[in-house]
Amino acid sequence: MYPFELVHPTTVADASAAITKSGGQALAGGQSLIGAMKLRLAQPGTLVDLSGIEELRGITQDGAGITIGALATHAQVGDSDVVKRALPALAALAGGIGDRQVRNMGTLGGAIAHNDPAACYPAAVLALNATIRTNTRTIAGDSFFTGMYETALAEGEIITSVTFPIPKKAGYVKFPNPASRFALVGVFVAQLSDGVRVAVTGAASCVFRSRALEDALSQSFTAEAARATVIGAAGLNGDLHASPQYRAHLIPVIAARAVAASG
Amino acid sequence: MGASLIGQSVRRKEDVRFLTGAGQYTNDIVGTRATHAFFLRSPHAHATIRAVDLSRARSTPGVVAIFTGADLTGVNGLPCGWLITGTDGKPMAEPPHPVLAQGKVRYVGDCVALVIAETLNQAKDASELIDVDYDVLPAVVNCVDTLKPGAPQIHDAAPGNKCFVWAIGDDAAVDAGFARAAHVTKLDIVNNRLIPNAIEPRAAMASFNRSDESYTLYVANQNPHVERLLMTAFVLGLPEHKVRVIAPDVGGGFGSKIFLYPEETAMVWASKQVNRTITWVAERSESFLSDAHGRDHVTHAELALDADGKFLAMRVQTTANVGAYLSTFGSCVPTILYATLLAGQYTTPAIHCEVTASFTNTAPVDAYRGAGRPEATFVVERLVHQAAVEMGIPQDEIRRRNFIRTFPYQTPVALMYDIGGYEPSLDDAMQVADVAGFPARKADAAKRGKLRGLGYSTYIEACGLAPSNVAGALGARAGLFEAGEVRVHPTGSVTVFTGSHSHGQGHETTFAQLVADRLGMSVENVDIVHGDTGRVPFGMGTYGSRSLSVGGTAIVKALDKIVAKGKKIAAHLLEAADTDIEFKDGKFTVAGTDRSKAFGEIALAAYVPHNYPLDKLEPGLDETAFYDPTNFTYPAGAHICEVEIDPDTGVVTIAAFTACDDFGTIINPMIVEGQVHGGLAQGIGQALLEECVYDTESGQLLTGSYMDYAMPRADDLPMFKVSNTVTPCTHNPIGAKGCGEAGAIGAPAAVMNAVMDALAPVGVRHLDMPASPHRVWQAIHAARS
Repeated sequence: MYPFELVHPTTVADASAAITKSGGQALAGGQSLIGAMKLRLAQPGTLVDLSGIEELRGITQDGAGITIGALATHAQVGDSDVVKRALPALAALAGGIGDRQVRNMGTLGGAIAHNDPAACYPAAVLALNATIRTNTRTIAGDSFFTGMYETALAEGEIITSVTFPIPKKAGYVKFPNPASRFALVGVFVAQLSDGVRVAVTGAASCVFRSRALEDALSQSFTAEAARATVIGAAGLNGDLHASPQYRAHLIPVIAARAVAASG
Repeated sequence: MGASLIGQSVRRKEDVRFLTGAGQYTNDIVGTRATHAFFLRSPHAHATIRAVDLSRARSTPGVVAIFTGADLTGVNGLPCGWLITGTDGKPMAEPPHPVLAQGKVRYVGDCVALVIAETLNQAKDASELIDVDYDVLPAVVNCVDTLKPGAPQIHDAAPGNKCFVWAIGDDAAVDAGFARAAHVTKLDIVNNRLIPNAIEPRAAMASFNRSDESYTLYVANQNPHVERLLMTAFVLGLPEHKVRVIAPDVGGGFGSKIFLYPEETAMVWASKQVNRTITWVAERSESFLSDAHGRDHVTHAELALDADGKFLAMRVQTTANVGAYLSTFGSCVPTILYATLLAGQYTTPAIHCEVTASFTNTAPVDAYRGAGRPEATFVVERLVHQAAVEMGIPQDEIRRRNFIRTFPYQTPVALMYDIGGYEPSLDDAMQVADVAGFPARKADAAKRGKLRGLGYSTYIEACGLAPSNVAGALGARAGLFEAGEVRVHPTGSVTVFTGSHSHGQGHETTFAQLVADRLGMSVENVDIVHGDTGRVPFGMGTYGSRSLSVGGTAIVKALDKIVAKGKKIAAHLLEAADTDIEFKDGKFTVAGTDRSKAFGEIALAAYVPHNYPLDKLEPGLDETAFYDPTNFTYPAGAHICEVEIDPDTGVVTIAAFTACDDFGTIINPMIVEGQVHGGLAQGIGQALLEECVYDTESGQLLTGSYMDYAMPRADDLPMFKVSNTVTPCTHNPIGAKGCGEAGAIGAPAAVMNAVMDALAPVGVRHLDMPASPHRVWQAIHAARS
């Protein structure tokens, strides 16, 4: 690890100012960033520790849906009675990330700001078209994830919370990479008041919506309809653990299981 | 006393310290004034070093010294401990294995420079300023590709990258067997390369004491005396008595900590140059790159059978990857420890095996849990499975028709099995595995759209490599005995000094049970000391499941001397003849009388010899024995694996795994079961998950972290069903054979045979390990389309 400055703001405004002034990086749960720093692959000159900012915490429900503070850990979301009751697919997703130690540290805001192509949370945010609230604006889930490890966030912009609408039905299933247990293919299916949305993570350079699955599930929100959908391999990742063809095959298989899990 | 401690699941004495954080691992011992080492490693698989510029690095804050290969004048290369003589009668190619690179690097991770600084971060900062001018050369990582014409030449001293071609067995007899065969089964088999992954990474701390010109090395190692001998006599040219090697608590080895590595060797040398203590702990990414890897064979194997399914002959051709350099036992693993096991549990009358060992631009390959025997078992048991399928013979029946039933049994590949009982193990395993209920379970799985399969592996292994004179004739450059010293204290408690080394196996309990049982005392009164050349007699350490059968026997031999001397002391005190004294349950008794002396009274008399036969007997009660076995021991067993495959995803789930093993006499069943569980986890890991992959073009390690190297986790494994049959070893007084590696030896074939059984209806004949979801799905997909 290279030396760095560590600052501890207590308000979002101070944190944003510190990031802008120093050109540094926000630190949430640190489950990706600290590992990269230990390997000397990342060397922020300043780390702006968000953990002291109370306004980034909390899980509440109102007419718009469930609003989760950016610093809510995966364990908190997974164990939340509010989330388990209103959006059990999201609780299950959060409860299935990494291992217990990772879930006790990793945060919702950190996960979506990092936008790892194999992370679970982006699938939920995109499939539910969640609203990402930052210190300066709100961003629709549809326009948040812009590429591999890239998002619509501007320099110094800090996610404060994410609001997930309550779907009629939703399910998430992750087919794990046998080594890392990140998603080799993860599919979030959601039946919302204005239609069906399906997001796929792990399979390409960035989470994406599958129009083919959305069309099929709009016709019939059944596992059979998902399973019968054909997905092309073009544009999908190929690596040690899965060829693009295998991922293309897995997407409808896992989508069908997500539909089955949606209750 | 009275009840024997043998066969009791005594709780592990060492676990209190391990579970409460009181263990003393190498990195727990570091003092505050220690300097930190960081090794600059080659980023290239194969390159010439044109120049190294240290000027910027040397001037960074905190740097104590930086050394490269050019500084190590008078330092030899790392030796290989086993000389293999090829079929051409010539010794194997043994190119130099420099401690730090000399003009060339040959794998990603090869040590180029040792940077010593006040802090680890300062050492790393300095290493980033070392300017190495590399001329990158083409690389080759596959053991077959490297032998092809035009492959990059890795060593001047190994033309064509060939280390040796070696063979065992009667070629003509094998040809004759095949000539009269009714059926021949052929398989091409890859034994996947593995990375060891001990929970404690390799670690070392070296210091030099100017007052007596001596060195002390703490090192995470399985055999400190061997480490010291190789380092002092072969590499550094230091007097052995001036170097003390301590392997304190060590967190797992699995073979990877047997070997003499460049890092600790460079550190011992450098500790005198800088006159400071130097510490180093491998980071996990360094472990992936530089711990000696395991397996990596490519094999063509054929089995000839008569019309009844009796094995007539076996022919095996294997190419083995030894990596970029010959590691300590890199040459004997794919030869002596592999081809000699190809008889398995069967009466195959003729076997021939030819092994070609090749150099590649990969980390050195050496012993890893099982070391040659898993590779042999996999060849034999895959062949047997496939032969049974092709001939329509049930899997258990083809094995029964070929089991060895009379002992001792001389195999056609050098080994002489002293004893075994293979059919009882198979019967027991089949009963525990409920083989009779398998068709119903398969039908039920089919209803759920799943493919279910059952696989057998009736394996044998050879432990406690011996005897030394035979091994010497086969090329061993070391002895294979073990040493034990039993020191009885004046008040009767006992400290045992053993040349064996525990790095998780529970010796402090098992050995204490052995001693306490023989001396009739409680295990609390026996302490086991190991892992320190300054305290224990010269011993060979722990590898090859040898500790109880060889190390334990050395202790028993020392105990015999203690008891013999005790009888003489007792005879004096009881005014009887030596020959009339019996020792039982901790008491020396005049036969046929109630006159006796407790063990503690004898010990006290030995050290306070007021009433003592000083004219005939030395005082004291402290005996040492060295034991060189007359033969290997031959643990064997039957493993049965039941899998279920999801054809939609290719995921293989282990529904059940049954292991019935014959380890001979068992001292502590709980510890043995734990060893079996760990071995099975590693064997299943090899079969379903683990694979070390290098990029074939660049030679970069693609599975360099847990993001890409799949280790088995608890939820990948079923609850194991473990049982035992017992045929005590005939040639050691304990009757023990060894249990540490059996799981890793038997399991891979059982799993893969189950996978092939499940996939048979789809039309898949053979799959290489690991049977990952991707690979299984591809095979199903290809077979169906």
